[in-house]
Amino acid sequence: MRYLPLTNADRQAMLANIGAADIDALFVDVPDAARRDGTVDLPRHQGEMQVERQLSAMAGKNMTASTVPFFCGAGAYKHHVPATVDHIIQRSEFLTSYTPYQPEITQGTLQYLFEFQTQVSELTGMPVANASMYDGSTATAEAVLMAHRVTRKSRAVLSGRLHPHYTAVIENLSEMGGFALAQPDMAPQGAEDLLALIDDDTSCVVVQNPDFFGNVTDFTTLAAAVQAKGCLLIVAVPEVVSLGLLKRPGDMGADIVTGEGQSIGGGLNFGGPYVGLFAARDKYIRQMPGRLCGETVDADGQRGFVLTLSTREQHIRRDKATSNICTNSGLCSLAFTAHMTLLGGKGMRQLAELNHARAVQLADALGAVKGVEVLTPAFFNEFSVKLPANAAQIVDALADKGVLGGVPVSRLAPHAGLDDVLVVAATEANTENDVAAFAAALTEVLS
Amino acid sequence: MSEKQTFTGNRGLQLEEALIFEIGSFENCGVDLEDVPQVESRLGDCAAQGDIDLPGLSEPEAMRHFVRLSQKNHAIDAGLYPLGSCTMKHNPRLNEKMARLPGFADIHPLQPQSTVQGALELMDSLAHWLKTLTGMPEVALSPKAGAHGELCGMMAIRAAIEAKGELAARTRVLVPESAHGTNPATAALLGFKVDGIPADASGRVDLAAFKEKLGDDVAAIMLTNPNTCGLFERDIIEIADALHEAGGYFYCDGANFNAIVGRVRPGDLGVDAMHINLHKTFSTPHGGGGPGSGPTVLSERLAPFAPLPYVEKGEDGLRLVENNGDAAHNPFGRMVAFHGQMGMYVRALSYMMSHGADGLRQVAEDAVLNANYILASLKDVMSAPFEGPCMHEALFDDGWMKDTGIDTLDFAKAMIDEGYHPMTMYFPLVVHGAMLIEPTETESKAALDLFIATMRDLVRGAKEGEVERFKNAPELAPRRRLDETLAARSPVLRWQSPEAKQAAE
Repeated sequence: MRYLPLTNADRQAMLANIGAADIDALFVDVPDAARRDGTVDLPRHQGEMQVERQLSAMAGKNMTASTVPFFCGAGAYKHHVPATVDHIIQRSEFLTSYTPYQPEITQGTLQYLFEFQTQVSELTGMPVANASMYDGSTATAEAVLMAHRVTRKSRAVLSGRLHPHYTAVIENLSEMGGFALAQPDMAPQGAEDLLALIDDDTSCVVVQNPDFFGNVTDFTTLAAAVQAKGCLLIVAVPEVVSLGLLKRPGDMGADIVTGEGQSIGGGLNFGGPYVGLFAARDKYIRQMPGRLCGETVDADGQRGFVLTLSTREQHIRRDKATSNICTNSGLCSLAFTAHMTLLGGKGMRQLAELNHARAVQLADALGAVKGVEVLTPAFFNEFSVKLPANAAQIVDALADKGVLGGVPVSRLAPHAGLDDVLVVAATEANTENDVAAFAAALTEVLS
Repeated sequence: MSEKQTFTGNRGLQLEEALIFEIGSFENCGVDLEDVPQVESRLGDCAAQGDIDLPGLSEPEAMRHFVRLSQKNHAIDAGLYPLGSCTMKHNPRLNEKMARLPGFADIHPLQPQSTVQGALELMDSLAHWLKTLTGMPEVALSPKAGAHGELCGMMAIRAAIEAKGELAARTRVLVPESAHGTNPATAALLGFKVDGIPADASGRVDLAAFKEKLGDDVAAIMLTNPNTCGLFERDIIEIADALHEAGGYFYCDGANFNAIVGRVRPGDLGVDAMHINLHKTFSTPHGGGGPGSGPTVLSERLAPFAPLPYVEKGEDGLRLVENNGDAAHNPFGRMVAFHGQMGMYVRALSYMMSHGADGLRQVAEDAVLNANYILASLKDVMSAPFEGPCMHEALFDDGWMKDTGIDTLDFAKAMIDEGYHPMTMYFPLVVHGAMLIEPTETESKAALDLFIATMRDLVRGAKEGEVERFKNAPELAPRRRLDETLAARSPVLRWQSPEAKQAAE
């Protein structure tokens, strides 16, 4: 077997050295009732070519984003990732390294984590960011738990325009952890009175920008009002490219900012792995979840980096830890940092402008289709449209025509009464021809 | 070794590298983007004011920056990485190639299910392999990492207890003192009281102490098997039976599944829930700390509570159930947006198909053989706290270091100068100055022999008073020992321009 270096002669020599009669002697502690002779009922080993053939056959059954006019978003976005990025993350020294617990021989990982933290801090407008979380949804749920810790309260108010999966993850964790929630009904537009839902036990208000329907909002006034009531404002940013063009959550006064970093450096990957962003105000550093990388010096006085403030974490604090999280999304944060480094601030701005421009073109094109109404007055690269029929059925009909035309709200929120609403996204990966093809296909499907 | 000082601070091929923020410029960009079409902005009142204060690098500069950084890392591709409990095995490149097939990498989690039948087939196949290898009827694929899988398993247990109306009564979770820190952290997150169980003289759960702790208020036990001392829990079936008798559930931490895969099925041990670290047993890369993936297998009793989403066979192909349960399913909720770590599913399945049932059994056997070879080859000079064969990792304590003037940390740092990544140190907590060595099955006998010879020479040096070899170590790594106290006392967690620093002072 190609992954196993030991030869049978090696095995015999090693057993002799150990003083074991055979391999079974090393499994002597396994109870008789659980011992199995022979192999489990699965296929035997195969060569590379055979495995590749079978997996390629599975992959071949899927319609890939790059081969069709593609407009799905809703928390996962199709962007171009420079070839350099994938090469960098496949460097053996990054790919096959462990968590940097021995800083003397993992400065590579530690330095890029420090660079990652700086970039996330700058993009969100927050003083500190951690070394990444699993994804945007779990980062947001962790932010809610952190707000409970900071304020010693146990109830969260969620915007009705939070991504329904983010809501579901927070709901699950809240229910299991004994925390309460309040959330207005989901509506694609119009004002939400979140302040009215705050009570004495409320720790935080969670909003999203751009929100699930694509609306962009300046939360400056809300932040001040929420804080006046002794609560934290958490702003979730599922499309990080938007930070290239929108007012930063930190500048709006947010206390915690979470985000999904997949758009920078990451592919669609059918939903994972992605990379959660987590940033906060300085004074909350010691209540933050996840790993933090900090600057220090070595015994010769040279600058170096280490994982720090680990007394918050489970391997030290056990049941008193700020979170049970051990893993972060190391390699995805490297991809983020490499891509962001290639872009720089100037490239990030231009990338965001391209996304916005393409979305404006798309809104104009779809808005011109008979029976279609664009619902989102102010947006970044994603917006909602009201269709004259069931949006899920229309999306299926579009797929039959080779167009992946957005995400029906009912896919994520079947009980919201928004069966005719479709969320569509456009990015720099779309051409003007894609936009025209989408409008034409939609016209056909609706006629 | 030359003490020669250089102008650059570089030492031959070992190159110093500054931060992006010190070498990049705002004018630089390593991506050629299209011109932006002229449109009327629809950003409303939300448009940014001012530039994004981040430098860029051209492509050659960026490549050089990250390649230089990479050269400061130890990696499994470069050498033995014997971190106990972490299973640093070879990461096959076929896995990487398969995960990058556009049919897996370039599909959106919410495009119509009819257009991703191959992806659902992959998830279904992975589930089949995991269920068969563990002898368990259900698996929740979506947890993002090991600790997330633990959370998933404990949530399923909590849901089952709640369904029986016993939530108010069952408040205690038993956790052995040798457990990973994630176990008590997870139990506490769900509102359970953590109650420790001591180990016995053989390094295993003290069966009598465990039985005394059982009662109507026990929700579950969280037990790692093989345990963190690298030992198989001999009484595991008796523990499971007694626990079930008392109405509790058995959570098994599956971090050490690599020792038994293909040979022992957790389902035969009475386990109710167990997470599987795809990044340990099934060779997906650790990537400097993630992404992981922690699918969690569930017993018959917990299967109905498996979280959303899950794949089922429908009339016209496979179907991903994302929102509601049905008669047979009462999902406890959702762990994560979308469907989990698809990229890791592909890699793990590619690995399993390569090894097959026969190869996976050999994996466990070689992993255990390699660890025992190390144990047998070092126990005459180092001190092993427990008798008998180990499983996939060999545990030593610091008893042998008494009077040498060095401690476990010093020993580990001296290993770095010899070109090795140190073993896991000071864990498990039940052993003083613990050194936990997990070689994995992907090390050759020659690699182990050199490692053993190196360890024996270090031990000899320690015992013969070569204190400086340890206290000053590492001297040959990209950095010497780093001041962790300074880092924690006044945390510097991001780069700041000299001007901003000055302004802050």
